[in-house]
Amino acid sequence: MARRRDFAVNDLPGATLISMLVFIGLYAPILVLIVYSFNAGDSVAKWQGWSLDWYRTAWANDEVKAATWVSLVVATGAAVLSTALATMAALGTTRRPAFRGQTFIYVMINQPLMVPEIVTAVALLLVTAAIKKATGYSGLGYLIVAHAAFCIPFAYLPIRARLEGMDLTLETAASDLYASRWQTFRRVTLPLLMPGILAGAMLAFVTSLDDVVITEFIKSPGQDTLPTYMLGQLRRAMKPDVNAISTLLLALTLVLLSAFFLLTRNRK
Amino acid sequence: MSPAEETAVRDQVRSAWYLSAPALAVLTLAAVGPLLIVLVYSFLTPGTHGNIEWIFSLEGWRGVLFEYDIFDDTLKLADGNLTIFWRSVKLSFVTTVLTFIVGFPTAWFIATRPTKARAAWLFLITIPFWTNLLIRTFAINQIIRNEGVLNTLLLKAGVISTPIQLTYTDTALLIGMVYVYLPLMVLPLFATIDRFDMRLLEAGYDLYASRWQVLRRVILPIIKPGIIAGSILVFIPCLGAYVTPRILGGGKNMMIGNFIELQFGQGKNWPLGAALSVALLVIVTIALLVYVRTISGERKNG
Amino acid sequence: MKTLLGAVALMMAGTALAHAEGELFLYNWGNYTSPDMIKKFEDKYQVKVTITDFDSNDTALAKVEAGASGFDLVVPSAGFVGIYAEKGLIQKLDLSKLPNHKNIAPEWLDVAWDPGREWSVPWQWGSTGMSVNVKDYAGDINTSDIFLNPPAELEGKINVIPEMGDVLALATMWAGGTVCSEDPEVMKKVRDALLAAKPKWMSMDYSTVEKMINHDYAATVDWNGSAMRARLGNPDVAYGYPKEGYGLWMDNVVLLSDAKNVDNAYLFLDFIMDPENAAMLSAFARYGNGIAGSDAFMPEDMKTAPEIVPPAEFAAKGQFVTVCTGKALEYQTAIWTELQK
Repeated sequence: MARRRDFAVNDLPGATLISMLVFIGLYAPILVLIVYSFNAGDSVAKWQGWSLDWYRTAWANDEVKAATWVSLVVATGAAVLSTALATMAALGTTRRPAFRGQTFIYVMINQPLMVPEIVTAVALLLVTAAIKKATGYSGLGYLIVAHAAFCIPFAYLPIRARLEGMDLTLETAASDLYASRWQTFRRVTLPLLMPGILAGAMLAFVTSLDDVVITEFIKSPGQDTLPTYMLGQLRRAMKPDVNAISTLLLALTLVLLSAFFLLTRNRK
Repeated sequence: MSPAEETAVRDQVRSAWYLSAPALAVLTLAAVGPLLIVLVYSFLTPGTHGNIEWIFSLEGWRGVLFEYDIFDDTLKLADGNLTIFWRSVKLSFVTTVLTFIVGFPTAWFIATRPTKARAAWLFLITIPFWTNLLIRTFAINQIIRNEGVLNTLLLKAGVISTPIQLTYTDTALLIGMVYVYLPLMVLPLFATIDRFDMRLLEAGYDLYASRWQVLRRVILPIIKPGIIAGSILVFIPCLGAYVTPRILGGGKNMMIGNFIELQFGQGKNWPLGAALSVALLVIVTIALLVYVRTISGERKNG
Repeated sequence: MKTLLGAVALMMAGTALAHAEGELFLYNWGNYTSPDMIKKFEDKYQVKVTITDFDSNDTALAKVEAGASGFDLVVPSAGFVGIYAEKGLIQKLDLSKLPNHKNIAPEWLDVAWDPGREWSVPWQWGSTGMSVNVKDYAGDINTSDIFLNPPAELEGKINVIPEMGDVLALATMWAGGTVCSEDPEVMKKVRDALLAAKPKWMSMDYSTVEKMINHDYAATVDWNGSAMRARLGNPDVAYGYPKEGYGLWMDNVVLLSDAKNVDNAYLFLDFIMDPENAAMLSAFARYGNGIAGSDAFMPEDMKTAPEIVPPAEFAAKGQFVTVCTGKALEYQTAIWTELQK
C-alpha cells in the first residue's frame, strides 16, 4: 500500500542540477580548445578571427602527426592488455572465500597508483635500457607494457566493483542447466560484467593517453607521444596546431563511438 | 568441512592465483620490480651530476626528515619537505572530497536514466578525457584567466566588478585536479549505483524515512564499494600529481610529485628522491591497508 | 580487435627495424629545430632525420647515460658538454670531416666548456634577462630588481621561470657574487632576497611568450628569444639586461659514443655550420647561432633586434651559467626547495 508520492523514488534533490553543471564544466574547456583551433592568429589565448590555418599547419607537421599516431597505438595496446589482465585478476580475487595472499595481490595491483610517476620512470629507464642493450629491440613494446602496468589498477577497480555486487544466482542457474564453465562465463558472467569492463577499458585508455613522465623517460627515438611532444613545447609557447589535432581526435572519437552505438543497437 | 568442500576451496584459491598471475607478472616487470632499484638507490651516494655512486650511505634517508642548515651546518627538521608533504596530503584530500560531492550526484543522475540513455550519458562524461591532459589543463587556464571566459561573463553579468584572480592559486589547482580526476570517481560510483535495487528506496520511503535518512542509511552503505574504489583512484594519484600543479598551480608551490622530480632533475640528489618516494609509498600502503582492513572488517560484522 | 592487434604488431616491428641506412636520430629540446632546415638537409643528403624532444638537460643526460638510447646527436647546454665527455658518453669530433668548422665565430671557438671545439658544435645561444611590459612600468628595466625587489607597479604580476640554474645565477650576480658562488654571505643574501620577493610573484612558469603577449604577466625573468617573440606579438614588451649581471647560455650539438649513424651525423654537424643553414635555425628559434657570416642570411627583424644584439653598455655584463657542483649546488637546491615549499 505505498503512498502516492509527488516525486520519483530515485530522484535525489539537486542531482540533476549538479550533474548538468558538471557536464557544462567538463565541456567548457573542450569548447574553448575547439574554438581556438579555428583561430586566425598564432595565439592560444587571443582571438583573431576564423581560419583553418592550424589544421593546415598540423597536417604539414610530421612531428605532431607521428606523435598522435604513437599516442593512439600505445593507448590502444595498453588499454587492451591491461583490461584483459585486470578482468582476469578481478575474477580471481572476488566472490571467493578469503585466502592467504589476497591482500598481497591487492597491494600489488594498486602499487602503480601509490608511487609518483617520476619514480617508476627513473627505475624503468634503467630496466628498459638494460633490455634494449641485451635484445636490441627498441619498439613501442616497452611503452605499451609500461603503460599497461600503470593502467591495471584503473581497469581493475571498476571491474571488481561490478563483480562484487553481481548476482550469483544466474551463474548457478546456468551451471545447473549443464552449461560448461566456459559457456557460463561467456554467456552469463561476461555480458553481466561488460559495463565494468568497458568502464575499466576507457579509464585505462585515457590514463595511458595522459601519461607524460614515464613516457618521457623510456621512449626510444621517434616515439614522442602527444603529451611528451607538448611538454617539449612548454618552454617555447604552445601553438594552436595541437588544438587542431585534439579537435580532429575528438571528432574521430565521436564518429567511432556513434558507429559503435548504432552497430550494437542494430544487433539487438 | 567435508573433504570435498576442502578440495573445492583449494581449487578456488589455486584458480585465484592462476587468474591473477598474468597481471602480477606485468606489474612485477614494469612497476614493482623497478621499485626495488629505487629502494637500493635510496641507500647510495648521489653522483656529482645526478645519478648515483655505488657507495652505501644513509644520507638520502636522513634528508627525508632532517637537513643541515646550509649556512651554520646545524641539523634541524626538514620543514620544507614536511610542508610540501602536508600540502600534498591536504590538497589531495580536498580534491577527493570535492570529486565525491560533484561526482556522486552525477553518477546517480546517469544511473537513473533509462537503460538506453545510460550508456550515452556515460560516454558523454568520458569524451572530454579523450583529449589529452596537457591540452585540457591549458584550456582550463584559458577559462579562468583574468581576461578569460569566466571573468568576462561574471563581469558582464554584474556579479563582480573586478576580475577574480584565479590563475595560479590553490583554487585553480583544485579546479584542475577535480576536473582531471572526476571520471575516476564517477565511473566506479556509477558501476555500484547501476546495480542498486531502487525498490530499496521505495521500502525506505514506505517506512517514513526522510530523503536524508534514505541517503544516509540506505544509499551510502550500499554504494560503499564504489566510494572506496573512487576515493583510492582519486586520492593516491593526486598525491603524486605533476602536470596539474606545474601548469595550474603556477609552480610557486610544489607538491610531493614535483619535489621528488626536482631531486631526480635539477637537484641532482637521486638518493634523496628515492628515499622520499619509498617513504611516500610506505605511508600510502599502510594507509591503504588500514583502510581496506577496516572496510572488510565492517562488512563481516554487518 | 584482430586488425587492431595486427596494427600494433606491425607498428612495433616497424620501429624495431627503423635503424636502417640513410637515417639520423636527433635528440633536442622541443620546438627548437627548424623544420625547413631539416627538410633542406633531408633533400640534399637523402637522410631521414627523426627528432625526439626532451625538456630538461637532466632528463636527457639520464637517458643517454642509461645506455642504448638510440640517438646519434644530442643538444645539451654548455655546462653539460663537459659532463657528457667526462662520462665517456660522447666522442671527440674528427675535424677533418667538418670543413665548415672554420665558420665558428672566434668568440665561440675557444669556449670554456670545449676549448677548440673538439667535442661540440654551436647550436644556439642567448641570454637570460627581464621581459617587462613598459606600459605597466616606465622605470629602469635593466636590473634584476624587477623580480628580486619589484617596483610596486609590477607586484603580483611577475613571473619567474622555474629554471633553478638561471634564476639563481641572476640572483647571485645581483647579490654581488659570481655564478656558482660558494660564499655563504652572498648565498644568504640570495636566499633572503628570493624569499622576500616570492610573495610578490604571480607564478613560476615556462610559458612566458603567450602570457607576456596577452598581458597576463607584466614582467618575467625570460630568455631573450622568448622576449623577442613576445615583442613581435605585443610591442609594449621590452627586454632588459640586468646591469648587476645577466646569464649567458649556449646549446651545443654533441655526437654520442654509441651513435649508429656516425657518417650522417657528421654530414649534419657540417651542414648546420654553413652560415645560411645556421641562419635558418636562428630564424626559427629566434636566438643567435655562433656561426660567422650567418648575419647576412638572418631575417631583417633579427639583425637589429635589441634582444639578440645586446646594447654595447651591457655587452660585458653577461656571465656564462655553468653547472654547479658541491657546496654551490647544495646551496642552490636548499634555497630552491625553500623557495618552492
